[in-house]
Amino acid sequence: MSARAAWTTAAAYLAFFLLPFGWLVLTSLWPDAELARALPSRLTLENYAAALRGGGLARAVANSLAVGTATTAVALALAAPAAFAVARLEFRGRGLLLGGALAISMFPPIATASPLYVGLRAVGLLDTLPGLVVPYTSFSLPLALWLLTSTFRALPGELYRAARVDGCTPFGAFRRVLLPLAAPGLATSALLVFAFAWNELLYAITFISTPARRTVPMALALFGGEFRDPFVVLAAASTLATVPVVLVAVVFQRRVVAGLTAGAVKG
Amino acid sequence: MTAVARLELDSVTKAFAREAVALRGITLAVGDGELLAVVGPSGCGKSTLLSIVAGLDAPDGGDVRIDGRSVAALSPRERDVAMVFQSYALYPHMTVRRNLAFPLEVAKVPRGEIEARVAEVSDLLDLRALLARRPGELSGGQRQRVAVGRALVRRPKLFLFDEPLSNLDAALRASVRAELKKLHQRLGATFVYVTHDQAEAMTLADRIAVLRDGRLEQVGTPREVYAAPATAFVARFIGSPQMSLVPPSVLGLPPRAAQVGLRPEDLALRRDEGAAALDARVWLVEPMGPETWVTVEREGAHLVARCGPEFDAPPGTRVRLAFDPARLHWFDAAGVRAPAPG
Repeated sequence: MSARAAWTTAAAYLAFFLLPFGWLVLTSLWPDAELARALPSRLTLENYAAALRGGGLARAVANSLAVGTATTAVALALAAPAAFAVARLEFRGRGLLLGGALAISMFPPIATASPLYVGLRAVGLLDTLPGLVVPYTSFSLPLALWLLTSTFRALPGELYRAARVDGCTPFGAFRRVLLPLAAPGLATSALLVFAFAWNELLYAITFISTPARRTVPMALALFGGEFRDPFVVLAAASTLATVPVVLVAVVFQRRVVAGLTAGAVKG
Repeated sequence: MTAVARLELDSVTKAFAREAVALRGITLAVGDGELLAVVGPSGCGKSTLLSIVAGLDAPDGGDVRIDGRSVAALSPRERDVAMVFQSYALYPHMTVRRNLAFPLEVAKVPRGEIEARVAEVSDLLDLRALLARRPGELSGGQRQRVAVGRALVRRPKLFLFDEPLSNLDAALRASVRAELKKLHQRLGATFVYVTHDQAEAMTLADRIAVLRDGRLEQVGTPREVYAAPATAFVARFIGSPQMSLVPPSVLGLPPRAAQVGLRPEDLALRRDEGAAALDARVWLVEPMGPETWVTVEREGAHLVARCGPEFDAPPGTRVRLAFDPARLHWFDAAGVRAPAPG
């Protein structure tokens, strides 16, 4: 493919993904009174002020950040040692573990919502943020486990063996040698888990009833109930809700690239 | 600098479910600052043997002893052995200094002691200028030295080398090989050195163990193994160019054994019409510089002769073969060395 064709394709691709977002941003700056016009005569930040009024959205962003961060931390802390064990250690039922994880990730969330509701109520986590972290973690674990297993498998086996001969226990070899080298895979997994937790709506809307504990998707979904015809305000709120995920993505993407180029085991 | 250990393997067996590689009863003793080279073709089990000694793999049967004590139940860290890997297995996220210090940090050696030992090893191996670099910034030879340094820094009882030169280019290999031999002489430590390269084994080793399909074919000094190979396999594996193995009739000999072998240096090619000589045709001429390897064909069999540098003849040229019958190696149908007749 020529450079020109490549650029054209890339531009078309970017337009496809960015145009809706661009339209969202434009709408968020559109004066409410001019909504009937083809294009606004001026742009305004009023909608942002309206979206932030009352602090509900800021609260939801804080809640989602907390839930997303906790989910990411717990999921990676559980998935990384498990993936290392699957990739490097010999034990019975390795295939079963991976297959089971894959099967679990295929459950439709709606089918598990009622049993989870009952379970969370039984342990007193219903309508709490930790009550979201638990199911989010269990749903993102299979993905993280699969991603990290292939990350650990891709690391040269001799590194693990060298660490063992150098005196490390199996877990020591994991912690001191393999985990730092798995940084790119960890970053990718963290990004995907965080994005999943940030975007999840079904469980949030099922388990959370207190308005102060709403997450971002919930806050946006329930916006219409609180304001009169808040189309442009909703656009402003949606724009604000997108910013944290984009920031997280940019930060982790840098880490991914840095991790990929740092290594070089043998040349 | 290093304590000297004695390593004994007693009927060690190991089988893998999905791989052909297996060890079928290895009994072997190495000790007293000896350098033992374990040599064999790929898949013969030599790397598995090393893993079992290091404690990375558990044997199915038999025992491994270091200084008379069974280590079969001990983890690698309790065995006090160091290993240099084929890929060097340097930790890419650590500097050379941290790579060297790593085994000592794991063993919780005090910081001052670590610094002193890293300095000692980097002086010995000329690594001082590289201490701040990462493995990705080093050449193959430099990485190899760091890998050796990481093994040395612990002062282990026993050093294991798994094809440490096979990732180096040919020019570097000979000089690193010489460095390793000097290092072994200087340390006086016990080395077990695995390689598929018989020349490496011959030049480095005090003794050679030839392994084939998980069995030891022969253990002996390089000279013994070369002069009196115990089997036809060893005869062909050790020495370059290979020993020629042919039915006795090809050399006009009575069929006292299934095969007769002749080293290339023991076969002379004559252009004159000697009465007792056998005739053959030149099949391939390979000038090596100081000598020329000439393959000749006789009765459908090929034999190699080591000739002088000036030897040259087009394929098909008629030559006569001359050899001393006392230099022949006889092997029976199973490939086992047979006593020389007469």
